[in-house]
Amino acid sequence: MTTTPLVEVRKVSLSFVAVQALQDIDLSINQGDIHALVGENGAGKSTLGKIVAGVERPDEGQLLINGEERHYTHPRDALRDGITTITQEIALLNNQSVLHNVLLGQEICRAGVLQRRRMLAEFQRLVELTGFSLDPDETVGRLHMADQRKVEVLQAVARDSRLIIMDEPTAMLADDETRVFLEIVRNLKSSGHTIIYISHFLEEVLALADMVTVMRNGRIVRTAPTAAETTHTLVEAMLGRSMLEMYPPRQPRKADAPVVFEVRGLQAPGLSHIDLQLRAGEITGLAGLVGSGRSRLARTLFGALEKDAGEILVRGEAVQLNSTTDAIRAGVFMLPESRKEQGLLLKQSIRSNLSLPHMSRIVGRGGVIRRTRESARIGQLLEMLNVVPPEPRLIVNRLSGGNQQKVLFGKWLFHQPTVFIVDEPTRGVDIGARRSIYELVAELAEQGVAILLISSEIEEIVGLAHRALVMRLGNIVAGFEADEDGRLDEKEIMRAAFGAEEAETEGVRT
Amino acid sequence: MTQPVSAGRERSARSISAFLLDYGIIIAVFLLYIVLSLQTDAFFSIRNQLNILDQAHQIGLIAVAATVVIIAGGFDLSTGAIFAMSGVVAAMVARDLGAHEEFAAAAPWLGWGAGLVAGTLLGLLNGVLVTFFRINTFVATLSSGIVFRGFALLITEAEMVRVSDRAFRELARGNILDVRHTVFIWLGFALALSFILFRTRFGRYVFAAGDNPEAARLSGINVNLVRTITFGISGLAAGMAGVLSASKFLKAQNDAGQGLELISIAAVVIGGTSIMGGEGAVWRTVLGVMLLRLIENGFNLMNVEPFYQDIFQGLIILLAVALDALRHRRS
Repeated sequence: MTTTPLVEVRKVSLSFVAVQALQDIDLSINQGDIHALVGENGAGKSTLGKIVAGVERPDEGQLLINGEERHYTHPRDALRDGITTITQEIALLNNQSVLHNVLLGQEICRAGVLQRRRMLAEFQRLVELTGFSLDPDETVGRLHMADQRKVEVLQAVARDSRLIIMDEPTAMLADDETRVFLEIVRNLKSSGHTIIYISHFLEEVLALADMVTVMRNGRIVRTAPTAAETTHTLVEAMLGRSMLEMYPPRQPRKADAPVVFEVRGLQAPGLSHIDLQLRAGEITGLAGLVGSGRSRLARTLFGALEKDAGEILVRGEAVQLNSTTDAIRAGVFMLPESRKEQGLLLKQSIRSNLSLPHMSRIVGRGGVIRRTRESARIGQLLEMLNVVPPEPRLIVNRLSGGNQQKVLFGKWLFHQPTVFIVDEPTRGVDIGARRSIYELVAELAEQGVAILLISSEIEEIVGLAHRALVMRLGNIVAGFEADEDGRLDEKEIMRAAFGAEEAETEGVRT
Repeated sequence: MTQPVSAGRERSARSISAFLLDYGIIIAVFLLYIVLSLQTDAFFSIRNQLNILDQAHQIGLIAVAATVVIIAGGFDLSTGAIFAMSGVVAAMVARDLGAHEEFAAAAPWLGWGAGLVAGTLLGLLNGVLVTFFRINTFVATLSSGIVFRGFALLITEAEMVRVSDRAFRELARGNILDVRHTVFIWLGFALALSFILFRTRFGRYVFAAGDNPEAARLSGINVNLVRTITFGISGLAAGMAGVLSASKFLKAQNDAGQGLELISIAAVVIGGTSIMGGEGAVWRTVLGVMLLRLIENGFNLMNVEPFYQDIFQGLIILLAVALDALRHRRS
């Protein structure tokens, strides 16, 4: 094809603090195509979408729209060129009517007074264009998710979008709603819209898109017509080669290691019938896509979320973990996935953060802190964690991301847990800190702690774990043991996580 | 990107301004002392100093407790009403029991005690409203304050409650070595809270609850319980202030202490405790209270019209809030 591509990205790079998000990206998107972006979590798909939408600015490289170079500094600028975004989370004014949401920012006024009749006429025009049926006066918050998505699409069309970037638009939708939504996307294409479709669901991508670009670690692996790809080829391209040198040597499991943590028939919102056994000294990887229920499971086991039914046994004894306090007392610790939102007290000192979950161990009568006891333990921890600078009174906010992560880890090393659930232990940390965190995990296992390692990076699970469980839609759907050489098969895990097996047997979902 | 040289200069300029933001209150109080000492002879006498401390006890008690509430991430706008309610309860108990022969001797003590218990219970009730029903602390305590005042009106039937037993005055009017009890009580309370905040487990939990409640919860802390207790402390403090007021004047009424809640929060903010929660100290609030009192005392000694005082106080509060916002924009 010799026509000018609608979007062209040339040699684009972008890095966040200590993380190279995008590197040397070249991509063209043809007018009228549905162009899919796929890859593991953190591969850079969303970031690339955000650059086209004017949310992020590249450090290097060019962005061309219709052959002309653009320097967006704000999503407004992209909107002016007809570029809109639909994200995973629905972003609408819930208490306002459909009409006001669709024409948000495009209100038709005379002397500042809304012209309802003309707005309704415009709404009617949009509805006819897309073929949706929606009541303009219904409150958006009362609509089904799929209908809310329609409102978002109408909003995009009302803004004269030529290009709509959809970032995981079906992640929150039920199956039948997804089907409706995919039909909407096809209609948009046939009415001349171009779509960048970012998704984890490979079947969806294969059924929908014209072109697919596979990304890995901030780079593009390849761009090809969808017709030339299968779920297998996509998974393979997404994985690439692993970086096994990063990982400490794996200690063989003791065959007679006792089961120290057992979950029987756990039922909770978003989780169904979970059975789980963890052995002392064993690292169990828990893989799955974002939204598959891994973090939810972790938080439920830790007593931070309510459960409906099920039994939990620690060292063979049934325990009630109804609060995080109960869990900590029972020796079940959890490293939360988000350092800033769930993990650290950013305005407090390293010392306060480290001792927070274990205050009962350092206080004397009347809850008065025994400072020498605290200082001694904090000193040991800082040395072991290798936090720079090792200054207990420093406010955590002043530390680098990697050092903050070490402090977060250290909170749970104050004394030894029976079970340690680590949720995304290396999110947003640099290579050096990553390596020390892996060493810490391996060392804890060696000391007999049972570890449940949740990670979106399959490599991390393959590099560290003795066995892997895979979650999908709130269930544990597969389990894999390492082979004689201690190796896990990444492709098997990946396929189970993406439900590729299912897709092959059931045929492509449309 | 800035050049390395200018970056260095920028950093030192920043650290000076950061220092001023952090310790401005010490400098302000110090300067005010010097100015007032130079302006009037009466100011720097021991008598006047003790007088200032005595007059500061109401705001002082409530403000140091408000510091704890604010560090834990809340606000208590009901302290003025609790002040009135506790005063009324204390005076009524002292008056009514004083009328019975067999209780007469213990009546003042029982009155003071009843006032403190009432204040603490109302504070804990606020805590339950805020945590159990998950109502925004601002709205919850604003409305509970109206209810408390309503009850004070109801039980007094809008009448002044007078205590005839002069022994009831002893708590507020008595002194040790010429220093009023009130001074010992409020500074002692401030010291105790300071110790609790910085040297006990509960103190750590208070900072944790205000800094990042979710992280605190995931560290095994019962954040709701911690918050509830901070409101109990606030109620206790307002109760103490109310009881002292009833004791001092031998009377209490339902509309006493109007506006105390706001001036106390102002003192906390002036001291430099962040209204965002998670940061702050009791000594800051003590200085904030002193700053407000010094301005009033100095203006009185210099015979300045009182409305200038209000304008000046208002501007200082505004300045303090602006500085807090500035500090947060930086970090």
